[in-house]
Amino acid sequence: MTRKHRRLYILVAALLVFGGAAALVLAALDENLDHFRSPSQLIAEPPPLDRGIRLGGLVEEGTVQRSEDGLSVVFRVTDLSESVAVAYTGILPDLFREGQGVVTTGNLQSDGTFAAREVLAKHDENYMPREVVDALKASGQWHDGEGGHSEGMTQ
Amino acid sequence: MHRFANPARFTRLADRVLPFVAAGALVCLGIGLYLALFVAPPDYQQGESVRIMYVHVPSAWMAMFVYVAIAVASAVALVWRHPLADLAAKASAPIGAGFAFLTLATGSLWGRPMWGTWWEWDGRLTSMLILFFLYLGHIALMNAFEDQQRGYRAAAVLALVGVINIPIIKFSVDWWSTLHQPASVLRLDGPTIHPSMLWPLLITALGFKLYYLALVLLRIKSELIAARLRALDLAKLKAT
Repeated sequence: MTRKHRRLYILVAALLVFGGAAALVLAALDENLDHFRSPSQLIAEPPPLDRGIRLGGLVEEGTVQRSEDGLSVVFRVTDLSESVAVAYTGILPDLFREGQGVVTTGNLQSDGTFAAREVLAKHDENYMPREVVDALKASGQWHDGEGGHSEGMTQ
Repeated sequence: MHRFANPARFTRLADRVLPFVAAGALVCLGIGLYLALFVAPPDYQQGESVRIMYVHVPSAWMAMFVYVAIAVASAVALVWRHPLADLAAKASAPIGAGFAFLTLATGSLWGRPMWGTWWEWDGRLTSMLILFFLYLGHIALMNAFEDQQRGYRAAAVLALVGVINIPIIKFSVDWWSTLHQPASVLRLDGPTIHPSMLWPLLITALGFKLYYLALVLLRIKSELIAARLRALDLAKLKAT
């Protein structure tokens, strides 16, 4: 292999790596931004039934119903103004619970419910022991939702 | 700065500092991991799985720190032709790649039970994967040329171009709606992590940093010795 060839191969390899990296980023953004809907958006503009989309929001309190065999679950995802019923069969992530932020991937069904292939639970930036949460709740400093209880942490 | 360009002086300094740095790394990692695995409380939501964070977060910090160190060394090498700067970049790259890999692997292990997925093409995860590829590219480029100096130069340019990825990693969680949670420690309004969990994390992170420092000093030293051996071989060849 001559030096010239070697340089050429290196150049091609570098281009492939950069091209691949750029493609991955674009694919990631495309997947995350383009097909992402909130319940309100899903209801206002229903997408074609065969199009896979991502529905994100909070698991509405008191709507989680598990089937008897424990494999299937039905719950409502809400953005606090609208909500959509979601059906899912499979293992739920540990962080899945009522009030938690989730992102589900699947298709809208003709009856207006959402059949999810995948359910992801979002975690927030707060880390603390359970006793601290209980103490904060007891003293009334605990606020559910995004970032509302950060003041309690800095002391 | 050129005072330390002298390999003999660098080696003397490294020999003097190395035992302390290595001992510090050992102590910090020992105490930090003990606190993280046995003393720190389980998280109110994640339970015991939160302990993965004590390895994951310091790895991620170090993966970014080592890359910035390589970029600074590369700039010094390109502009001032400082011979030790190239060696520092060369010695750092595999360590940084190791940290980046550890970040991705531990994140994946945490993500499966917590989020419900091993991998997600989200802004933070993707930009971290690109950092890992940048490390691999840097290592490959360093060794791609017969003329070592050209390899150094090409790798230095790559390191400087790739440094744009570092702010992208840091702010990806703020710019895009990512599955990955926002920053908990390095944020303007103070950490959102309870002190009982923050201290083990900081001690472990210090241990990671000292571990890198010890390793990089050792690797630069061995590079210098290898270069000296090559020079001796060459001299012997000429003499015969």
